[in-house]
Amino acid sequence: MRYLHSRNRAILSEMVRTDFKVRYQGSVLGYLWAILKPLFIFAVLYILFVYIAPIGKDIPHFGISLLLGIVLWNFFSETTMIGATSIVAHGDLIRKISIPRYLVVVASSVSAMINLSLSMVVVIIFAFLNGVYPSVSWLLIPIVIFEFYIFSLGLAFGLSALYVKFRDITYIWEVFLQAGFYASMVLIPMQAVPEKYRDWFFINPVVQILQDARALLIPTADNITIWNTVESLTIRLAPFILITLICVFGFYYFKSRSKYFAEEV
Amino acid sequence: MSEREIAISVKDIHKNFILPQHKNTSLKQAAVNIVRKNNVTTQKVLDGVSFDVYKGEFFGIVGRNGSGKSTLLKLIAGVYTPASGSIEMNGGLTPFIELGVGFNQELSGRDNVFLNGALLGYTRKQMEAMYDEIVEFAEIEEHMDKKLKNYSSGMQVRLAFSIAIKAKNDILIFDEVLAVGDEAFQKKCMAVFREYRKNKQTVILVTHSMENVTTLCSRALMLEDGKIVATGDVRKVAAAYQKSNLPLDSTTDEKMSKNAKQKMINISGNNKAYKMGETMKITMGWPSSEKVAWAGVAISGVNGEYVFGTNTGVVKIKGNSISYDVDLNLGPGDYYLTAAIKDLDDNLIESYEKIATFSVYSDYDPRIGGLTRMKYKYATSEKS
Repeated sequence: MRYLHSRNRAILSEMVRTDFKVRYQGSVLGYLWAILKPLFIFAVLYILFVYIAPIGKDIPHFGISLLLGIVLWNFFSETTMIGATSIVAHGDLIRKISIPRYLVVVASSVSAMINLSLSMVVVIIFAFLNGVYPSVSWLLIPIVIFEFYIFSLGLAFGLSALYVKFRDITYIWEVFLQAGFYASMVLIPMQAVPEKYRDWFFINPVVQILQDARALLIPTADNITIWNTVESLTIRLAPFILITLICVFGFYYFKSRSKYFAEEV
Repeated sequence: MSEREIAISVKDIHKNFILPQHKNTSLKQAAVNIVRKNNVTTQKVLDGVSFDVYKGEFFGIVGRNGSGKSTLLKLIAGVYTPASGSIEMNGGLTPFIELGVGFNQELSGRDNVFLNGALLGYTRKQMEAMYDEIVEFAEIEEHMDKKLKNYSSGMQVRLAFSIAIKAKNDILIFDEVLAVGDEAFQKKCMAVFREYRKNKQTVILVTHSMENVTTLCSRALMLEDGKIVATGDVRKVAAAYQKSNLPLDSTTDEKMSKNAKQKMINISGNNKAYKMGETMKITMGWPSSEKVAWAGVAISGVNGEYVFGTNTGVVKIKGNSISYDVDLNLGPGDYYLTAAIKDLDDNLIESYEKIATFSVYSDYDPRIGGLTRMKYKYATSEKS
């Protein structure tokens, strides 16, 4: 058992290493792109929302809130999108060696997690520059990120197993992500949503996660989270029930299909 | 018989592959198929295969292409799951379904050593300890920091094999690894395999080479259409395999004769398969309109080696066909015929390579090998 454990860890770390080395090969700035990409998106959107269509002008530290949203959303779309294609992309391995199949999906998510950690450093630097100072609430941010990670991983497992059989999945998921970007309030501040509709938005786990992460990073009074907005217990629990359902289904489906990957991939 | 410990016990394995008419890899197809009850065909790849491999055995698996060898190996390696039956494993197993699994062309040779090592079950620490030996064996020290895509295929194979032989596990399984690489490399492989045999390492080897089976393996089995048709003694299995190779592949045969029909020269033998030493009658014909003064025919091996050839020389021939009697002092295997005709001025009218094919069979005799059967004798003596 111990042997198995160290063996799987070795495979995981080599796969992540490979992924990182290969991804930024031939680019002059290399790993820096992991940080630069969300920064550029942020710059464009910041100009848009502060100067051109000033929705976020009156919200304190709107820029930081926006940047955090983009960074977290990037992590979500990377984990699910690259995760979805991971089994097929590593078909060569799957067909020839009996490594545990889940390692392939987990490896792709670890890469995304490393990117997120790098980006979070940038978020914190910007927070300082913007006058947001460390508070005790920051200690809870990893818990929210962990929740997000589990959710993304559950989706990645389900999608990757589906993608082996149906290659349409990535196109469908792309559309989902495109819509989700707007529905998850990455750009638009929650303040812009009329109060009576806010409950419905919080059913979406990503909204709950993003709003919690923002509130923990910038602990000002006017944060809108599921906890200070939604009164119905059912809706308060909804995102967590959804995450649990998606993960259980995703892991279970992956596990039941994984023994046929070698033949079908 | 002494009590021997079993390393792998395969019991009544069945494996089917479902072959849909149209592989439904899109949702639309899937929906259409549900409605239409897609007429899938299942192909029985393995049909009730049972055997045991004992510890310390060098076990060979032979069979023609498509007989289910690779599927069997993948089932043992745990890549596939059997439809029914069981495989019990007594000890750890390292599979080499292919050398260099996971090799990434964009990474350096060095990185690939660690990646491949991890997939074969080694931690980074263990790989670091073995790294120098691996590089030394592969003889590519100066290239280790180059990307793999800049390696020659020979270098890649050497590197992969050098990692593979470092693997120490209770059971090793190899699929056709001896078929790759140049002659020098194959010699190296053979040396390693002999070492395995000497050290009583449990090995399962899939191969097409009867020479490897008879010299390396202690026991073997032969698969045909997913069933075991011969098992046990390596000579018995090797003989069964050679017999199964006799009838030429009917599809290539048809293709050959079809090709020949469209050609100016037609050629036919009295048989498709000949016993070693038998006389083959070849008849070659061409249209009467051609002024043919010279005709030649040649025999070549499947790898293109020129085995034998003859022509009519300076004597001007007449007529529109020629027949030869050739004594086939050839080793067992498949051969090709090549035919050519020239006109009065010694200009080539037409020539066809591989215009027809035939095969030679013999009773299996492990003492003799090679393309030709030469007269020989030997004597032993003791030099003082």
